[in-house]
Amino acid sequence: MPAGTLYRGREGMWSWVAHRVTGVLIFFFLFVHVLDTALVRVSPEAYDDVVATYKTPIVALLEYGLVAAILFHALNGLRIIAVDFWAKGPRLQKQMLWTVVGIWIVLMVGALYPVLGHAVRDVFGS
Amino acid sequence: MATPTLDKTDKAEAGFADSPFITATFRIRRFNPEVSDEVQWQDFQIEIDPKERVLDALHKIKWELDGTLTFRRSCAHGICGSDAMRINGKNRLACKTLIKDINPDKPITVEAIKGLTVLKDLVVDMDPFFQAYHDVMPFLITKGNEPTRERLQSAEDRERFDDTTKCILCAACTSSCPVFWNDGQYFGPAAIVNAHRFIFDSRDEGGEQRLEILNDRDGVWRCRTTFNCTDACPRGIEVTKAIQEVKRALITRRF
Repeated sequence: MPAGTLYRGREGMWSWVAHRVTGVLIFFFLFVHVLDTALVRVSPEAYDDVVATYKTPIVALLEYGLVAAILFHALNGLRIIAVDFWAKGPRLQKQMLWTVVGIWIVLMVGALYPVLGHAVRDVFGS
Repeated sequence: MATPTLDKTDKAEAGFADSPFITATFRIRRFNPEVSDEVQWQDFQIEIDPKERVLDALHKIKWELDGTLTFRRSCAHGICGSDAMRINGKNRLACKTLIKDINPDKPITVEAIKGLTVLKDLVVDMDPFFQAYHDVMPFLITKGNEPTRERLQSAEDRERFDDTTKCILCAACTSSCPVFWNDGQYFGPAAIVNAHRFIFDSRDEGGEQRLEILNDRDGVWRCRTTFNCTDACPRGIEVTKAIQEVKRALITRRF
């Protein structure tokens, strides 16, 4: 059966989709995070072993993705609160979204060195 | 404006090159349960003036090419709210959408609105939509004896809910809502807009009851502020804003 077309929503709909996707990604991270932190109760050595396997450039990239997801989810969450509880929120939702994206880009550029610097040195040598 | 007869001779003299008509392709999502359970896309090529509306194109197809094409329309002038459909992926009224405004160079897709059961072609079952509308009690509720003269209202009090009086119940907003596609139990934007119209009316005394209905798990709190409803409304109602005002009234109990 040929499917219907995708609904052509605008900024509001796509920001909601991005909010959902980042929310689910953060949930999966928290799931893994709770599991590996719980290893401390097994033994501190087991915890150290598992965390040591995270020290690869690929995990550093994943961490950068985590920063991206959390920053977007947090900033857009503030926008959604403003849409719901600030009288002018619904009218300014697009401007607020572009502000969120702007701040997100600045913070992502700022996070480049702290998060990925180590991985770059690992891959290309110091 | 020229008379129809004059128009005809004009066209004949000017020849085909100056004709205002263009060839446009309409890709329509067809469904007829009496013939097949399968849904299929069907293309129709027609000559049409781009200054005409999508509804005129549908009429041309139904009257001249395929009489089985089924859609709703009544007034054809954006008041009755019968012909909401998804044109090029967006909910609009076919009678308010000019062909030149939706890029006729590419095939124009026309399909039924989402989230409601398709009965045939572009016709959907509107019963769940109207049930949600009835459930918010869209009528004046008052207490005490009836006054002997009309219920007066100041211009400011009337202004408070002016935006939500414009609703024509076309379902363009409700069927643009991702929450409603996913779960038809959600009241949907249109029902909330019509509750808003009475909640914020100074003459009405049923506000508390309506707010309680919308405080339900399928009420206003399911709104995810995607703004699809505000973008889709052919009457330009700020639907998401109205929903937000109901949410705030539920928290502050001021309305």
